[in-house]
Amino acid sequence: MANLTTNFIGIKSPNPYWLASAPPTDKAYNVERAFKAGWGGVVWKTLGSEGPPVVNVNGPRYGAIWGADRRLLGLNNIELITDRPLDVNLREIKQVKRNWPDRAMIVSLMVPCDEESWKAILKHVEDTEADGVELNFGCPHGMSERGMGAAVGQVPEYIEMVTRWVKQHSRMPCIVKLTPNIADIRKPAEAAKRGGADAVSLINTINSITSVNLDTFSPEPMIDGKGAHGGYCGPAVKPIALNMVAEIARSADTRGLPISGIGGVTTWRDAAEFLTLGAGNVQVCTAAMTYGFGIIKELTAGLSHYMDQKGFTSVDQLVGRAVPNVTDWQYLNLNYVTKAKIDQDLCISCGRCYAACEDTSHQAISMSPDRKFEVIDDECVACNLCINVCPVADCITMEQLPKGAIDPRTGETVGDYANWTTHPNNPMAKAAE
Amino acid sequence: MTHSTTTPGIVAGRLHPEDYAQHFDDLYPDFDAHEAMVAADRCYFCHDAPCITACPTEIDIPLFIRQIQAGQPEAAARTIFDQNILGGICARVCPTETLCEGACVREAAEGKPVEIGRLQRYATETLIAKNSHPYTRAAPTGKRVAVVGAGPAGLACAHRLAMHGHDVTIFERREKPGGLNEYGIAAYKAAHGFAQAEVDWLLQIGGITLRQGWTLGRDGTLADLQEIHDAVFLGIGLAGVNALGLDGEDIPTARDAVDFIAELRQTDDLSTLPIGRHVVVIGGGMTAVDAAVQSRLLGAEHVAMVYRRGRDAMGASDYELNHAANEGVKIITNAMPIAIHANGTLREVEFAYTHAGETGLEPTGETFRLRADQLFKAIGQKLDGAPEELTRDKRKIGIDGAGRASRAGVWAGGDCTGGGEDLTVTAVAQGRDAAESIHASLMGNGA
Repeated sequence: MANLTTNFIGIKSPNPYWLASAPPTDKAYNVERAFKAGWGGVVWKTLGSEGPPVVNVNGPRYGAIWGADRRLLGLNNIELITDRPLDVNLREIKQVKRNWPDRAMIVSLMVPCDEESWKAILKHVEDTEADGVELNFGCPHGMSERGMGAAVGQVPEYIEMVTRWVKQHSRMPCIVKLTPNIADIRKPAEAAKRGGADAVSLINTINSITSVNLDTFSPEPMIDGKGAHGGYCGPAVKPIALNMVAEIARSADTRGLPISGIGGVTTWRDAAEFLTLGAGNVQVCTAAMTYGFGIIKELTAGLSHYMDQKGFTSVDQLVGRAVPNVTDWQYLNLNYVTKAKIDQDLCISCGRCYAACEDTSHQAISMSPDRKFEVIDDECVACNLCINVCPVADCITMEQLPKGAIDPRTGETVGDYANWTTHPNNPMAKAAE
Repeated sequence: MTHSTTTPGIVAGRLHPEDYAQHFDDLYPDFDAHEAMVAADRCYFCHDAPCITACPTEIDIPLFIRQIQAGQPEAAARTIFDQNILGGICARVCPTETLCEGACVREAAEGKPVEIGRLQRYATETLIAKNSHPYTRAAPTGKRVAVVGAGPAGLACAHRLAMHGHDVTIFERREKPGGLNEYGIAAYKAAHGFAQAEVDWLLQIGGITLRQGWTLGRDGTLADLQEIHDAVFLGIGLAGVNALGLDGEDIPTARDAVDFIAELRQTDDLSTLPIGRHVVVIGGGMTAVDAAVQSRLLGAEHVAMVYRRGRDAMGASDYELNHAANEGVKIITNAMPIAIHANGTLREVEFAYTHAGETGLEPTGETFRLRADQLFKAIGQKLDGAPEELTRDKRKIGIDGAGRASRAGVWAGGDCTGGGEDLTVTAVAQGRDAAESIHASLMGNGA
């Protein structure tokens, strides 16, 4: 049985699954339930400065999109940071950490962008004996209008400045949570690193409107006929998050910076994918909000089973394993030539591959009067669309042409690895010497 | 309850009063909106979909299912009705497992097709329940068309003609329109007066006059109709029934199954409808199944359905036969009736086992008898009352591909003609296509 224990920037937890800073971690009651269920750690829902707490809307906070059978695919929210008094949260954090010393207890923070505010809150958090802090520079709604959250996360100089204050006024490990609502995710990560952050966590939620009510013409979630953009999360955002995690993991300037991966982790497989792209652990929210804390059993058992199958004995062995294989387009092998192949025994003759290829791609699939569908190698550019739209798994596969074979589409012989940088059509090509 | 399932003879009221409503209610309930969404999501939206080809009316099935997915069942219904104005009843009575659902690629892939029939029912009933009719008539053409028979073929033809602006009179021999939908199918397939509701909805197009109690030959001839109409469509179905050819089959308790089914459909209080303790049904088609199953549902203790050939040759679908078996009907194959034993009242029916011999079906020499208080004959219907002057094709009215009969100005469709299977959906297609041919002819566009 693989060992799921993780040590993330010196913070130990029995498994790599933390609950992200969000409604599930707003109170001792919820967090106690999460720990009983088996979660490895939590990032306590974001605390603000002392004084009157923020207020939330009193109508819907969440919007959603669904797949078949109302499977929740994407969730958005307009909830703000904790709306409970600071002292109550601090007291509960301290008590829960004492009750569960083996679990990771991180406290998310968001206070105004001045040194005194940060200094003050850090002192309070240290008193709780929590394991570390996460700086919420990601929340895209509400707080950003007040110069906090994503408003900070979108300006690398601010990230660096605040991170530096935090490291200066606290000995606690510091994770900087990044917003994806930015053009190049590497810039805020670099800033966090410059400021002395121990790790970054990403992604926070994405600016979004989930839908529009076509009777009232109001965006959802709707408050009294109006709607404001919320933060989008859940399974739908995972591909975006995976890319951003990988970008930081492979960038020369941020390589080695620990990453806590967030964004649509729903099953063990999602978590494993984040780990391979460089995340040292993962944070989960939407899946727990959709199905409850019980999913942790599948998440841990699934990861453990996978690691056993692959012969991995610790989570570390998985972390970053796919990073060397993430590259730039220009380095992709142009002599990797494949052709789609349809398994006639598995084909159910729905014709989706044909419609997709004929209408929207390369006219590389033929259809006979008796509904037999076959790939025309002379036309197939191996785009993969037929596989993506085929309802039968493994019915269509990509078959690689061996070296020396002639691609019937181009008439060219398949050669050794060669990419765009040396391609004759590239005006910037470096002569292969 | 005055009687029970074991009361000897033919009596009414074998069941508790509340059992009747339950037994003859919808076989399965309509989808609700969520169930429909989930079922619709299974459709792959196949290219040039096989289900469309398999549908005699060629409904654009992937399109209407996608419209359900997109939250517009009324638009889905419109897609269905564009091709099949009786799409509501067809959704209930079509043998979908041999038509659209049999052709569904998911049937081939998983043995579990998209539930096209139930989805069609959901869509059509959503629209019919709103009692809004989505079609309007074209400008009046001044042309008059007689449609004989208010069954599926006649109704489909009349609706399409009315849509094109022609004035239509339907001549129907029975009291109610609907044909077999109203008189010829099991009650649980069209519960809650659905067949009548659908006809009422269909007639909302306007321009259609319904004349009931008018029988061709008795109340007027084909020539009479042609004299005052620009065209005539015959959708007269098969009014005759085949006989067993046995002595004693004319005793009152040996009935044609179609009469029993019709009587049952027109009986408001089924606890007043007598049924035997021992019932024998002879035949292997849908009519035999409907008679046998409904006999059980009325409280008959023993119901046997006997067919002279093997199960493969039966007209009833596997789905129907399984349903009959589940309802407790004993299905006996490869046995032909050879004698009716009665002494004033029916006692037994004697059968001989059969096998396929050199000269066709031959008795094996082994015989058996079945107790029978009541015998229902369902060995096929035949053309009756069709104008003699029309050319026949295999004992039915001969038509060409456009539905034209052998006499100019006369079209025909449905069970009374030789084309296609005797299914409601086929009749609808033929009625519709004949209407298009009539329209083209009347407007001078037809060849």
